[in-house]
Amino acid sequence: MIQFLVHEKSDSVGVATADIKAGETAKGLTIDTEEKVEVKTLMDIPLGHKIALKDIKVGDTVIKYGHDIGKVVAAIRKGEHVHVHNLKTKRW
Amino acid sequence: MKIPKFMGYRRENGRVGIRNHVVILPLDDLSNAACEAVANNIKGTMALPHPYGRLQFGEDLELFFRTMIGTGSNPNVASVVVIGIEPEWTDRVVQGIAKTGKPVKGFSIERNGDINTIAIASRQAKEYVQWATEIQKTECSLDELYISVKCGESDTTSGLASNPTVGNLVDKAVEMGATVSFGETSEITGAEMVCKQRAATPEVGEKFMRTWNEYNNFILKEKTDDLSSSQPTKGNIRGGLTTIEEKAFGNLQKIGKKVSYVGVLKPAEVPKGKGLWFMDTSSAAAEAVTLWAASGAVVHLFPTGQGNIIGNPIEPVIKLSANPLTCSTMSEHIDLDVSGILRGEMNLDEAGDRLIEVMIRTCNGRFTAAEALGHREFVLTKLYRSA
Repeated sequence: MIQFLVHEKSDSVGVATADIKAGETAKGLTIDTEEKVEVKTLMDIPLGHKIALKDIKVGDTVIKYGHDIGKVVAAIRKGEHVHVHNLKTKRW
Repeated sequence: MKIPKFMGYRRENGRVGIRNHVVILPLDDLSNAACEAVANNIKGTMALPHPYGRLQFGEDLELFFRTMIGTGSNPNVASVVVIGIEPEWTDRVVQGIAKTGKPVKGFSIERNGDINTIAIASRQAKEYVQWATEIQKTECSLDELYISVKCGESDTTSGLASNPTVGNLVDKAVEMGATVSFGETSEITGAEMVCKQRAATPEVGEKFMRTWNEYNNFILKEKTDDLSSSQPTKGNIRGGLTTIEEKAFGNLQKIGKKVSYVGVLKPAEVPKGKGLWFMDTSSAAAEAVTLWAASGAVVHLFPTGQGNIIGNPIEPVIKLSANPLTCSTMSEHIDLDVSGILRGEMNLDEAGDRLIEVMIRTCNGRFTAAEALGHREFVLTKLYRSA
């Protein structure tokens, strides 16, 4: 069963479509290319929340929908939960 | 291509409606009590109380009149009784609605008092409701519809599934010849360049950018923090959305993949032709849907993630969600569950067809969840302080 979806191949995050437990090897699908992807999760990821598909440094941009959705404010490792604690808007 | 048909109301000006309301419309806050009394006296009528209509001026006053006249002119409304404190502005609303050809009459309270006004307005409302309830439905088709789209309490499932489902319908409906409008100016922030590129011509794209810049400059001028406690909302964040940029790209999924927007409308402005239109609106659900209803939209498509429960008194609001938790814990609010998309059980094309089917059933008269639950949020947009 698919546990997360990725909008585009260039995205650095996926979206959990079910609750994912820490330590699981989560199975995902990239929507635009229909490619399968797997990530070992380091934290619990609740349904609807984002999982990092790669390590991302502070100050770097997070990509979703193939576009810039904000900047990293705390280092992110592949498999971690990405949300308000480590990702901020570049606007406003 | 087979264009779906339904039984609707073709009004005096040729516009097609899907409901047959007799509205008791207050010009101003002071006239709410009389309007509610008339609606209580005469069954089958509906009062639309609101807090404004006094001492407004300039562009704010123009928007107020456009909203009042547009609400009464909506094809979902058969006839209107307008009640105001004084006769002049009351008559301006009456004359504006009368241009549609539908029956409308105004009453003013000064030199009459509430009790006499309620008595004479009730007699008129009784005539209107007996006339309206005898109107027969006629066969209409999807290309005659004006549809508005806006999401609310979005989460990441909105961007993945429920918004693209609306987008799939928009692509199909515009190809069939329908009129569609989207907006939410502030919630395009982060995706404004992508939205600009979806304009049919460079001029329309520039007009969109001017509108977006004006709204964004207003936000930058008035903000006291980084807005992270307002946009995204607490509900958005609980659902997994982190930034306004992420919300904006999800939001834009509603306009589909194929169609371009042909023009940019002021709040509550009537589209000048068919196709997809951008309207400058707030992103707050009740304010935005009230503006679309005032621009003549007869049915609204509302994807939600965490479960926004909005309805509108004259424009039925159809809700869809792809969040399985929302579809199970708030099922009475959801007209179409598209969570199957996330499980790979349904594709977007199938979901778009299901939404067309639900929309046509709604056009035929089936109450939406919001109608059955009595959600009648009528919220005017006020641009600034009164004089």
